Amino acid sequence: MRKVFVIGTGLTKIGEHWDRSLRDLITEAILAAVDDAAVEVKNIEAIYIGNMSSGYLQGQEHLGSLVATWLGIPGVAACKIEAACASGGAAFHQAYLAVASGQYDCVIASGVEKMTDAVTSDVTSALIMADDQEYVAYTGATFVGLNALVYRHYMEKYGVKQEKIAAFSVHCHKYAKYNPYAQFRREVTLEEVLRSPMIADPIHLLEAAPIGDGAAAVMLCSEDFLNKLKLEKKVEVIASTLATDAFSLYDREDITTLRATRIAAEKAYRMAKVSPKDIDVLEVHDAFSILGVIHLEDLGFAKKGEGWKLVEEGELEVDGSIPTNLFGGLKARGHPVGATGIYQIVEVAWQLQGKASKCQVDNAELGLAQSVGGVGGTVVINILKRVR
Amino acid sequence: MKVLKTAADVGIVGYGAYIPRYRIKDAEIARVWGRTRVPIKEKAVAGPDEDTVTMSVEASKYALKRAMIDPKEIGAVFIGTESPSYAVKPSATIIAEAIGDSEKILAVDMEFACRAGNTAMQNVIGLVASGMINYGLAIGADVAQGRPGDELEFTAASGAAAFIIGKGKRSLAIFEGSSSYATDTPDFWRREGEYYPRHFYRFTGAPAYFKHIIEAGKMLMNELGLKPSDFNYVVFHQPNIKFPLRACKMLGFSAEQIKPGLLVDLIGNTYAGSSLIGLAATLDIAKPGERILVISFGSGAGSDAFSIVVTELIEEKRRRAPLVSELINRKKYIDYAFYAKFRGKIRTR
Repeated sequence: MRKVFVIGTGLTKIGEHWDRSLRDLITEAILAAVDDAAVEVKNIEAIYIGNMSSGYLQGQEHLGSLVATWLGIPGVAACKIEAACASGGAAFHQAYLAVASGQYDCVIASGVEKMTDAVTSDVTSALIMADDQEYVAYTGATFVGLNALVYRHYMEKYGVKQEKIAAFSVHCHKYAKYNPYAQFRREVTLEEVLRSPMIADPIHLLEAAPIGDGAAAVMLCSEDFLNKLKLEKKVEVIASTLATDAFSLYDREDITTLRATRIAAEKAYRMAKVSPKDIDVLEVHDAFSILGVIHLEDLGFAKKGEGWKLVEEGELEVDGSIPTNLFGGLKARGHPVGATGIYQIVEVAWQLQGKASKCQVDNAELGLAQSVGGVGGTVVINILKRVR
Repeated sequence: MKVLKTAADVGIVGYGAYIPRYRIKDAEIARVWGRTRVPIKEKAVAGPDEDTVTMSVEASKYALKRAMIDPKEIGAVFIGTESPSYAVKPSATIIAEAIGDSEKILAVDMEFACRAGNTAMQNVIGLVASGMINYGLAIGADVAQGRPGDELEFTAASGAAAFIIGKGKRSLAIFEGSSSYATDTPDFWRREGEYYPRHFYRFTGAPAYFKHIIEAGKMLMNELGLKPSDFNYVVFHQPNIKFPLRACKMLGFSAEQIKPGLLVDLIGNTYAGSSLIGLAATLDIAKPGERILVISFGSGAGSDAFSIVVTELIEEKRRRAPLVSELINRKKYIDYAFYAKFRGKIRTR
């Protein structure tokens, strides 16, 4: 396998883009990544687009050809990658493999989701498609409802009070304030979180990632390509793994752990020859406050039932032992489903390049991004390293 | 488009509002549909014998009392509504005959969601200013419907406001200017054959209501060289409590300025009647020399803004017809069953 580098990043602000379409957002993000890499659109050989629901919400599929056309480069390899909420992470994984294998030298990993075109009930229907239609969704369960089961079971099993878990949302909002691309740039207090409307007991509105529009892109390339164009090495991808788990919660031994995270993380740590203690910055997939806590445990930063302590003890802060979600996480930066995994990669890359302004972690060298599909049916782990 | 400024003074010669006496509390609607949070306290409901035409006639009669003119002097009757009594057959002609107008008139219905009454007013101003008519009647009225259980059912209400517009010297308030702003924005609509309108949730906010109201308001103030502190009162279209209060803040007005005309909590969203009943309530308490800014909003979408200065005549005309506060206080509560019956939500055929 060849070495793979991230040389350019591009984002749109996450929010309610009433006057812009899916293609507007994705082309803006990709063109920004191309500019940032200081190359040209014609250098792109392949495009991977993470997206979950364009078919259901926009009535638009076949994003590969669409995006290639709108970028003015029909002819390149391009396709949509779908793995529910992990679509962005999975698109990056495919892009990584494409360069590492030697097939391509310069590719785009991107993601886009346009959710505010649809009414909330349609978005709810789209999101439950991440779980089993024949065995779960038909019962009327919603995606929030499934996570509520996990939340309640976790509190029961480990005897943890809700405010310890809800604090994860407070942490994310505290940092989103500094992120110009975030959907919600304001702090919230624990009281506000616990007082916000209940959307699926025990999940409050302010413990759930919002609905939003956004697109993100990164350019990946080989060492040969960098040398040929005399470009600077910025960030290297030293591990990229994807794992699945039993599709639905009812089929799992323990619903307070995501087995796919453990499998993908173990492989990634081995591939990168690092351990959790070596990680300087972390981006976890906190679709709900409880998941943020569970991910910290499954990724090896805390014992089971103790992830919340890292929040309480300030270990997730910019100067803590494992700075986490310093751009606001899914909760406050936002969660345009198929794009989220790429936003995480961009954020980790910025930390490693010292471009995180007020949220910069001193001397960050290694960063990990975790992208989760469904309630853990798919997990993608990517580890990036600063190139000195 | 430019701001409309008339060469000679044109103003409001008489005004009248009508609010049906029946009220349903939002808590009662919430009880039926299992909701905990509601947007307003209560809304006005037209009775079984009331519709857009009857309410318009009531409001117009009150306007005539304040105008102190012979109805035959009215040269144009424009009604803005999205819930006319007939799908095909004008309401304006029924109203004109009912109030005793002459037959040599310009009469027409206008439709632009909740904004049509204000647009009717702007047209009548132009007709008076040109000298084509001496007096014109502009009405905004609706018996608004919300789909049962929908967000809109908590606010969609019934009411009307009528304004007789004429030359300056008999006016209780003078128009300084008006502006309009419109775009193709699908925030709320009802297609042919559909019984209830549909709306696009959050899309009704920033890109629809706020954008149009703010743009129309800024356009007018810039052109007239006025700032928020030059106005004593401001009235916005009122689909709920939250929106007008936020628009008030966004344009730089205070809670005091919006208070007299903000009625949605007590009567609901009367659609084409909404900002005009708010204007009537503001005229009920305004003193000579005071300035009022009125900005409508109609989905689809557009806004009209008016700057109005009250004259000495307000004092002698005000008490010639019921005040809006009196119409609001005259009320009888009904439960959801009677509300469903009155508003045709129970199909009997």
